[in-house]
Amino acid sequence: MITKEYIVKDPLGMHARPATSLVKLGKNFKSVINLRKGDKAVKINSLLNILSLTIKGGETVSVVIEGEDETEAAEAINLFFTEQLK
Amino acid sequence: MKGIGVSPGISIGKAFVLKKHEAAIIGMLLKNDMEVSAETEKFNKAVDSSVAEIESIKTNEELILTDEDLAILETQIEFLSDPQLKEDVLEKISGEKKTANDALIDVMANLVELFRNMDDEYMRARAADVQDISDRILKHLNGSDQDLKKQFESNTIIIAEDIAPSDTITMDTRYITGFATQVGSRTSHAAIIARAKGIPAVVGCGDELGVIEDEDVIILDGVTGLVHINPDQATIDDYMARQDVYLKKTEQLKTLKNTPAVTTDGARIMLSANISGADDMDDVFENGGEGVGLLRTEMLFMNRDGFPSEEEQFKFYKQVVLKSKGKPVIVRTIDIGGDKQLSYFGLAVEQNPFLGYRAIRICLDRTDIFITQLKAILRAGVFGDLKIMFPMISNVEEVRAAKEVVAAAKKELTADGVAFNAEVQIGIMIEIPSAAITADILAKEVDFFSIGTNDLCQYTLAVDRMNEKITHLYDPFNPGVLRLISNVIEQGHKHHIYVGMCGEMAGEPTAALLLLGMGLKEFSMSASSVPSIKNIIINHSLSSAQDVCKKVMEMDSSQKIIAYLQSIS
Repeated sequence: MITKEYIVKDPLGMHARPATSLVKLGKNFKSVINLRKGDKAVKINSLLNILSLTIKGGETVSVVIEGEDETEAAEAINLFFTEQLK
Repeated sequence: MKGIGVSPGISIGKAFVLKKHEAAIIGMLLKNDMEVSAETEKFNKAVDSSVAEIESIKTNEELILTDEDLAILETQIEFLSDPQLKEDVLEKISGEKKTANDALIDVMANLVELFRNMDDEYMRARAADVQDISDRILKHLNGSDQDLKKQFESNTIIIAEDIAPSDTITMDTRYITGFATQVGSRTSHAAIIARAKGIPAVVGCGDELGVIEDEDVIILDGVTGLVHINPDQATIDDYMARQDVYLKKTEQLKTLKNTPAVTTDGARIMLSANISGADDMDDVFENGGEGVGLLRTEMLFMNRDGFPSEEEQFKFYKQVVLKSKGKPVIVRTIDIGGDKQLSYFGLAVEQNPFLGYRAIRICLDRTDIFITQLKAILRAGVFGDLKIMFPMISNVEEVRAAKEVVAAAKKELTADGVAFNAEVQIGIMIEIPSAAITADILAKEVDFFSIGTNDLCQYTLAVDRMNEKITHLYDPFNPGVLRLISNVIEQGHKHHIYVGMCGEMAGEPTAALLLLGMGLKEFSMSASSVPSIKNIIINHSLSSAQDVCKKVMEMDSSQKIIAYLQSIS
């Protein structure tokens, strides 16, 4: 299991467009990927669930990845948060 | 009636009222498992055909879709195929024995409510996306709809409760001259699309808009947000005259492309653009820009697995300079760190990334990375007028140390017998208050200054640009910020070096006369802002701008300053 924290850099937060990319990204991996904000966690396979977390710019989220390809998935997620969502 | 003007311009035309398909609960309960599985299948089919419909919009060649449009459609597909949505609806069908129609309306009503109550304007605007996909699935569940692919009569103004993303994309907008909606904000789809297509729009007019019927004559002012229904002839004439003035003005701005930016008393001002690569160059010249005041190099370092080689970087800079037609191009050296991270270059998470290990601070620590970039820029300098600019300078030692690395780069290139521009000009960004205050000291070390107002403002006012709660404090017209800017320009003149500005403020029409009066020589902004700034410069004299500046510098609050500057523009 891999857990990592990120600060969301995009001032608009996790809005529809990046959330869509995140759902699509998750589909490439077998691992179960959870996104957590505060005490609420959702699977990233659902756009609605991701948006319902209402993640704003500057907030901290954590990602929990578990599965056979978790290392690759973690790398892709890392790229997403550090380069796409800004 | 008044709403929020979100896309400028005046439109006069006939109303076309967009009727929303009213979703109605049937209320019938399913009797047995057979009916449950029939409804389940019905729902799945409706989702599938909804997705297929959007896919067909995506590939329809008659519709000219922008990247923005495509992104919206992608999001809609994800919404439609959302597993949570499906699970919730199917649960209502099998658990509560509701029809697919009722189950969907239930689930969607909750979702729309959830989004509408979010404490974030952007998220609230997403309620429209949810409503949009709900309507689409319902349409496929029940059949029937109003055909928006129809051809409108010319001068049609669309009146709607809200305009769904898929509406604006599928609509044939050629004959649409305006949009007015009951709900919405600057960030709703109707607003974004209207601005992208250059159609005047007013949103958030409230329920009053409901009185409008098809064929009513409507006047819409996309600046003031005013909407007139069946106005008298005098009002129509008045607005037709205003529309004429507006159109002439936009047309005139376009014709300024080849007009040099010279004040009425003969002061030549340089208007240039901020770009991220060679692809942006056409846009610069199209808008009448005369060079590049800021070439960001982050693109070169992002979205890859390791630092780009000298050769790769050389190609990037060379491409830009070859497209620059001999005009000056200022290259900002690596500005990573802070909010810009590189996956292959592990930077620790910092408490205060904007006050942390970033930009020139990284470069002076990791001179191996820095020297590679400098060599590439020096080599590309052979093909045109490239200048080097260091970001985030806070003291004179940093400038001297960075110049030493430039000297070392030149030495290596000479030793290798590679051609390079030995006369390259070196400048610094003034974006840290200490640099602005000590501009007299720094001016002796460099060939030019470029004022980065975004960071200068953030650091001077101790305001985090990303923090929504304090955005009102982020104010480039704060007298403190203005005094710093004025000092930098004055010291630049005293030491005979060139002073430009590459922050947002340079493209802000309200600030143009003030900056001109302070003696700013170069304004660098996004290419699309160049025509309007040029229009201000060619219609004023430097001496009148100096008077404006004098008055502003005597005022004690940004409120007064902004009010004054707006009153004279």
